[in-house]
Amino acid sequence: MKRLFADKKLRIDLIVIAALLVLAGVLYLLLNSSREEGGVAVVRVNGVETERHSLAVEGTFSLNGGSNVLTIADGQAWLIKANCPDLLCVKQGKIHYTGQVITCLPNRLTVTIEGGESNGVDLVVG
Amino acid sequence: MRTKRITVMAMCIALAMILSYVESQIPSPGIPGVKMGLPNIVVVFCLYRLGGKEAAGISLLRVLLVSILFGHAASFMYSAGGAVLSLVGMILLKKTDKLGCLAVSVVGAVLHNFGQILVAWLLMGPNVIYYLPVLILSGTIAGVIIGMLSALMVKRIDPKL
Repeated sequence: MKRLFADKKLRIDLIVIAALLVLAGVLYLLLNSSREEGGVAVVRVNGVETERHSLAVEGTFSLNGGSNVLTIADGQAWLIKANCPDLLCVKQGKIHYTGQVITCLPNRLTVTIEGGESNGVDLVVG
Repeated sequence: MRTKRITVMAMCIALAMILSYVESQIPSPGIPGVKMGLPNIVVVFCLYRLGGKEAAGISLLRVLLVSILFGHAASFMYSAGGAVLSLVGMILLKKTDKLGCLAVSVVGAVLHNFGQILVAWLLMGPNVIYYLPVLILSGTIAGVIIGMLSALMVKRIDPKL
């Protein structure tokens, strides 16, 4: 390592790397602290909303003429099937926080969790 | 001399394209934008050996050619956004001459991911911002590996090339 990189520069390099790691951590905490449980999964194709499903209702839905298949259960949404070869959207897993997105680039399709509709009982008064 | 330079640059573009293809065969962990950035080895090498303009030419031509050959319109916009931002950052950082190859490569990788987020923001809305922390982390790790490989190449490959 020492012979490979100029000594003085290596120290500054390591500081830059550490700073970036800290930045990633801080951003992660900032972005996640403002998160709330979402209520609906909104499906958009080419940025235009095509359907929305409440997270409180379990079910499986064929999206965008069958290009992707969405499943909702236990208050979470995820894609179980896609017609693209890499299946990146399926690997993105389950989402339930407001603002979380599953993206399928080849089909220009996104599933976004939004607030709005309440999922189940939030508050009991009386 | 001129002919030699053109030949070396052409070789670098070819190598960067092959590395793009190799990278596309590595399974992705499931988060869009998380990748090794293998072609960046060539770009960092050229930045140190040939110069900023040459590195920019190689990187942008690589993005264009790979998108035409293997990609689609969307993948071109993402790659181009990332490549431009990454190049500007790396060239400026190298000019200051305060940082080594390692930091230049790391900042290049993180800026590449940042550029992709910006393009994704324009195409799909502000929710993609939640990917940013993961992409900074993955960019930093990939950048360290790529930076070490590039430093090795700058050091080992015959300076007469």
